[in-house]
Amino acid sequence: MEIFGIPTQALFGQLLIGLINGSFYALLSLGLAVIFGLLNIINFTHGAQYMLGAFCAYLLMNKLGIGYWPSLLLAPLIVGATGMLIERLMLSKLYKLDHLYGLLLTFGLALIIQGIFRNEYGSAGQPYAMPELLTGGRNLGFMFLPNYRAWVIFASLVVCLTTWYVIEKTKLGAYLRAATENPQLVQAFGVNVPRMITLTYGFGVALAALAGVMAAPIYQVSPQMGADLIIVVFAVVVIGGMGSIMGSIVTGFGLGLIEGLTKVFYPEASNTVIFVIMAIVLLIRPAGLFGTQK
Amino acid sequence: MKRRLISTLLGAALALGTGAASAQISDGVIKIGVLSDMSSLYADIGGPGSTLAAKMAVEDFGAAAKGMKVEVVSADHQNKADVGSSVARQWYDVDKVDAIFDVPNSAVALAINQLTREKGKAFIDSGAASSDLTGKACSPNTVHWTYDTWMLANGTGTAIVKTGGDSWFFLTSDYAFGHALERDTEAAVLKNGGKVLGKVRHPLNTQDFSSFLLQAQSSKAKVIGLANAGGDTINSVKQAAEFGIVKGGQSLAGMLVFLSDVHGLGLDKAQGLIFTETFYWDLNDQTRAWAKRFAAANNGKYPTMVHAGVYAGVLHYLKAIDAIKTDDGTKVIEQMKKMPTDDPLFGKGTIRADGRKVHPAYLVEVKKPSESKGPYDYYKIRSTIPAEQAFRPLADGGCSLVK
Repeated sequence: MEIFGIPTQALFGQLLIGLINGSFYALLSLGLAVIFGLLNIINFTHGAQYMLGAFCAYLLMNKLGIGYWPSLLLAPLIVGATGMLIERLMLSKLYKLDHLYGLLLTFGLALIIQGIFRNEYGSAGQPYAMPELLTGGRNLGFMFLPNYRAWVIFASLVVCLTTWYVIEKTKLGAYLRAATENPQLVQAFGVNVPRMITLTYGFGVALAALAGVMAAPIYQVSPQMGADLIIVVFAVVVIGGMGSIMGSIVTGFGLGLIEGLTKVFYPEASNTVIFVIMAIVLLIRPAGLFGTQK
Repeated sequence: MKRRLISTLLGAALALGTGAASAQISDGVIKIGVLSDMSSLYADIGGPGSTLAAKMAVEDFGAAAKGMKVEVVSADHQNKADVGSSVARQWYDVDKVDAIFDVPNSAVALAINQLTREKGKAFIDSGAASSDLTGKACSPNTVHWTYDTWMLANGTGTAIVKTGGDSWFFLTSDYAFGHALERDTEAAVLKNGGKVLGKVRHPLNTQDFSSFLLQAQSSKAKVIGLANAGGDTINSVKQAAEFGIVKGGQSLAGMLVFLSDVHGLGLDKAQGLIFTETFYWDLNDQTRAWAKRFAAANNGKYPTMVHAGVYAGVLHYLKAIDAIKTDDGTKVIEQMKKMPTDDPLFGKGTIRADGRKVHPAYLVEVKKPSESKGPYDYYKIRSTIPAEQAFRPLADGGCSLVK
């Protein structure tokens, strides 16, 4: 059986692969959405922080002999901590100014961080071994699914849904959302708003770093790995609706699927298709698919 | 348009003004511009290492002792033809750069090739691959030094088809270089009795190849030819291992692989890959000595064949200037073609009328981790292809300079 000249089996394989890539988009855009939705910062350092996560795992492995599983926890903690430092020392000074200043600062930081790593490690990238437990794969009949990729989908879904639940359904999330709406009032209730903001930024950054660690075994750990991805991820966030948590998760997976299909039917357009969709969505729904007009 | 007219007029006026005195070094300085990918997927192949190689060549030539003043400048073309062209224009028109070197990325190289011809300067390419530079786009102002797509296709393609890999699927980088490499490899495969079952073209600088690899896998071709380079090749090889492609009986042919790529992949992933190079640091005492000096100044990273090509190219360029005492681009290139080349890295060679530098090529195989004795001990030389067979025959390129 064939659909548009492509055997259905091959199509299933491509859909599954789209889903895997989508899980990276979702994980990265989730962090961006959290940071933008709650702090109103357009975090252009996100790609660099994703790269830092991967490098952190690489360095933990090569300098200290710490493997993949502990890195999955340690790297986000370390990179998240550097994120909080950035927030405290620099970003916090810009809250009163226009969004653009935050954007410029984070963009500049990203360039500096990438430059430092390129200088130190070059552009070809570093190899990072896959954890023993997840090597190999299974034959699903319609495709060969590497175990590691299956793990990526699973982990990404768990992290995304947990984050969504915490922010939208718990008391902590309610505080967070309230603090963005009216910081003075929340502060008056005895909540330490600046600390909460720092922690939230740190959490968003940690999500990027987590995606970086998960990417390390399949992509090359290289200084520009984030720069290549960040533009796409921004498009995902814009399509999903700036700041909408569920929006970024759903669009992340959705666009992964669409991109996957493009790679089958017209591969040359696979890195443009997302931007075409972005343009169409912005024309029809300027606030994004899940966003609300403010 | 108007600006070009003015600059042409100005140029003509200048040429008239200097007239008889033109046989000398313009403004007293020979200025060499290294234009490369300084920050992205090809930066380890050329990049800052190419600038270093150019500087080493100037030093080794002993320019200062011969009373020649040589300056080396460098810039990043970001793999964009428009960015590369505007840098080159600025260099030629304002900064008095006399020759441009390296320029990996065929799309940018073809633009610089055209521009250099218009300006009557010199372009010695090391990093770009497209065989069109000495074929239908050949120019009296261009020398293509290190390698090209025809040579890679012929070296690797022929060797693989002859050892039984007779059905191919191409993973091609979607721009001038990938297309040229795919075309030349396909020709070599067909000539040797093989067949091509399919191809897929991916955008430059792709992170995830799983979708393309899956298509290659379902084609059931014996050989998956990677008509891409740098980070793209690394990611394809790495992910092919993950999807069990080599275990499933298909083999990978890296059409263009550099030492830095093998280093980035690690021997356990890269072992067994077969491809063609024109330079390897561990060929003889001279190459070893040069590579050690290079690595010491380059964060411990060993030179690729592109770095070697920049070094040898600059050396020969300066020798030609020294011989005719002018840095006029067209005349220097003419002289470079007249003089036989001789340098420690590529040995003795020649530059043909179409601008093609000719030297032997090496079919190499990546060692197993157990066979490697130290850092960068990566290749086994399987065979040497003599200079006269390594490159496309002069008559076949369709170059208008060949009569």
